[in-house]
Amino acid sequence: MSLSPELIKWRNHIREIALGYGLDFFEVIFEVLDWKQMNVVASYGGFPNRYPHWRFGMEYEQISKSYAYGLTKIYEMVINNDPSYAYLLHSNALMDQKLVMAHVYGHSDFFKNNFYFSHTNRKMIDVMGNHRSKVQRYIDEYGLDKVEAFIDQCLSLENLIDYHSPAIKRQRFHEDEVLGEEKDTKVSVKKMKSKEYMDTFVNPSDFLAAQQKMIEEAKKKEKSFPEHHERDVLLFLINYAPLERWQRDVLTMIRDEAYYFAPQRQTKIMNEGWAAYWHTTMMTQKILDDTEVIDYADHHSGTVAPHPGRVNPYKLGMELFRDIEDRWNKGKFGKEFEDCTDFKEKRVWDKKLGQGRDKIFEVRKLYNDLTFLDAFLNDEFCVQQKMFTYAYNPNNNTYEIVDRDWRKVKAKLLQSLTNCGSPIIEIVDGNYNNRGEMLLKHHFDGATLKMDWAWETLKNLQSLWDRPVYLETMVEGIPKVLSFDGKETHEK
Amino acid sequence: MFVKIDSDHSRFKQIIRGKIKKELRKFITHGEMIGRQGKDLVSIPLPQIDMPHFVYGPRQMGGVGQGEGKPGTVIGAGEIEGDGSGQAGNEEGDHVLETELTVAELVELMGEELELPRIQPKGDSNLNSEKEKYTGIGMSGPESLRHFKRTYRQALRRQIIAGSYDPKHPRIVPMREDRRYRVSRKEVRPEQEAVIIYMMDVSGSMGAEQKEIVRMETFWIDTWIRAHYKGLQARYIVHDAVAREVDRDTFYKTRESGGTIISSAYKLCLDLIHKHYPPSDWNIYAFHFSDGDNWSGNDTQECLKLLQDELLPIVNLFGYGQVESEYGSGQFLRDLSEKFYREGGATHESLVVSKIASRDAIYDSIKDFLGKGR
Repeated sequence: MSLSPELIKWRNHIREIALGYGLDFFEVIFEVLDWKQMNVVASYGGFPNRYPHWRFGMEYEQISKSYAYGLTKIYEMVINNDPSYAYLLHSNALMDQKLVMAHVYGHSDFFKNNFYFSHTNRKMIDVMGNHRSKVQRYIDEYGLDKVEAFIDQCLSLENLIDYHSPAIKRQRFHEDEVLGEEKDTKVSVKKMKSKEYMDTFVNPSDFLAAQQKMIEEAKKKEKSFPEHHERDVLLFLINYAPLERWQRDVLTMIRDEAYYFAPQRQTKIMNEGWAAYWHTTMMTQKILDDTEVIDYADHHSGTVAPHPGRVNPYKLGMELFRDIEDRWNKGKFGKEFEDCTDFKEKRVWDKKLGQGRDKIFEVRKLYNDLTFLDAFLNDEFCVQQKMFTYAYNPNNNTYEIVDRDWRKVKAKLLQSLTNCGSPIIEIVDGNYNNRGEMLLKHHFDGATLKMDWAWETLKNLQSLWDRPVYLETMVEGIPKVLSFDGKETHEK
Repeated sequence: MFVKIDSDHSRFKQIIRGKIKKELRKFITHGEMIGRQGKDLVSIPLPQIDMPHFVYGPRQMGGVGQGEGKPGTVIGAGEIEGDGSGQAGNEEGDHVLETELTVAELVELMGEELELPRIQPKGDSNLNSEKEKYTGIGMSGPESLRHFKRTYRQALRRQIIAGSYDPKHPRIVPMREDRRYRVSRKEVRPEQEAVIIYMMDVSGSMGAEQKEIVRMETFWIDTWIRAHYKGLQARYIVHDAVAREVDRDTFYKTRESGGTIISSAYKLCLDLIHKHYPPSDWNIYAFHFSDGDNWSGNDTQECLKLLQDELLPIVNLFGYGQVESEYGSGQFLRDLSEKFYREGGATHESLVVSKIASRDAIYDSIKDFLGKGR
């Protein structure tokens, strides 16, 4: 359904207000959906034209049930596309629709301007459509069971991508090197020029030996495959796994979709915080009329209510944006402020700089959740927001508050955001044992993998690679190598 | 645009059915199913169908939260593991998948999994019953079948379109072409009649566990056969030294003690058949459950004779299930086998014997009994 005349009027109004605040968004196309359609769109992650797969059906079942039992209600969805498509729930009251529209403009601005979204395809709706028709064609040709089983395997590896690779050019080989041509066949250390009697001082022999060793190791490394550890496991498989053509194609699609969705995981807190910041700013300053205030307050507080057991991204993001705005308005930053030890003075610190708005626009452009919290989450903010760390207490089978020390809170938050909350696992050797086997390494940071899943995932990886696969990890503090050779699993 | 979810959704359900089939052995021995009817919903908890990934184990993760409380304050029970998941806990918790199936669907699944053949009702002289069902609406018909509401609606619609409807004086006058009539359709349905006669040994040696096993087994057999016959009848016989007919409830609950004379049950069974269920018109299923400890060899001989001469020729299926018990000798099964089994199978097609060692064996025993498709 398209918008009613009344909603069109409000859409135009809110759009003008948003532009007035300096938001810079893609054009937004709003559609009104009934709850059933909304559940469908939500099951497909916002895109109504995804390739056929049972997990969307599973999502649908869960979302529908959850809605039917009154546990969740999806007010709105918006997708990162140019133009952005946003879906409003038909049964929303007018006030809700206004709030949601303001919120959506916030998201669209974020999609368009945040650096981490810059690599995403803004015609993703079309791409999804293509993926769908291709997968459908493969199903027609090779049969549902075969294609589905393969998609399941690929999806199981979906988080083995290099989240930063769109932004960083990884050094796959040295730039002045042409592939296949050795730059330097001589393997010796260049000596510094020196007089003969100074030689032992200018070029000490132990230094030379160390250098020599480094060069030799680098040489050895060149022969290893891959030359550098590879985090983009999907890409590695696309390039080197013995796959059929259609399989390679399906895997490529799944990788593309994983990279498309990655920034939404990387910026969940910022993105929701930014949208929440703007819906509350616009609603309270320009949009609400008197009769709507109570309903608005109820809805908004529901959205940003903190939960004891988890971080509410709307709340945390919005509060931190506000805090940054306040700090930059008052000049509470920089060496002078940091060095000030007088708390009284610090509290009333106000240089009337008025740079807050500009600063938060800059932040929304340049940061992701990890860098955002790293740069701006401080002592005061943690206390003010009553943040704590919690942990599992096996004695009582409960989760308990552990600490309110802001450094620990911050460390825990950053840890949980690192690599989008996925364990860092990379390919160390694609020719392990010199038998074409694959060795992966899990960079252990204190938390063990979920073992039953790890085994299943390893099996899926093996079936794509077709040769035995190994995973170095830690299980209960002991280094272990898990392996699967297609028939049996081993652990040692 | 929104139709497509149906295919993904039904695919998902299909996968679930596959999962249920695999877990079926467990469900079949769930006592709580017993006594449900075909349309009753059974709720089946299944492990979440996951897409496994390399992720952190939830327990050790912990995380960051917001709110009041001192160190040590409990913020959640351990079961709610989802709270501590990877991304700063902003993902939903684990879902337990609860699927609802009707008992009929469940039995259908059991049939598929056990590869039970469809039951072939005996004889081809089955009666066909015709039934008229009023399922549609048509433009013509006798006045006695006029559908008042639809006619009214049609007239109202016409008048509104024509502009002759006045809400202040709502007067609806149906014309000839507004009239709607109920339309019937003939349904032809083969009519078969079937009866199941359950016999159970309730002598002292049959304990509670043995009866429970019989209960479960008969429930599933009953449900399966019911799926193939409309209006199936069931009769229940218990016996120790004498046999008597009881109602369903008593059948499962009685605990008698005393000796065992199996022939008494067979005689009563034959009696029932001859009185109420002439074999020419009826599909007859007889099941006998016992621990196999008959009173005397003579009686056993009599049983075998009754079976051979009278029962086996007239029934579709005679199932003998021997439940293992501490006290039973299990002799009857051996005697049966000696008499009716030659190399390569039973001498009578309608005879099936099955040994049920424990609850876990129920599943295979059902297959023994129903695998013939008779």
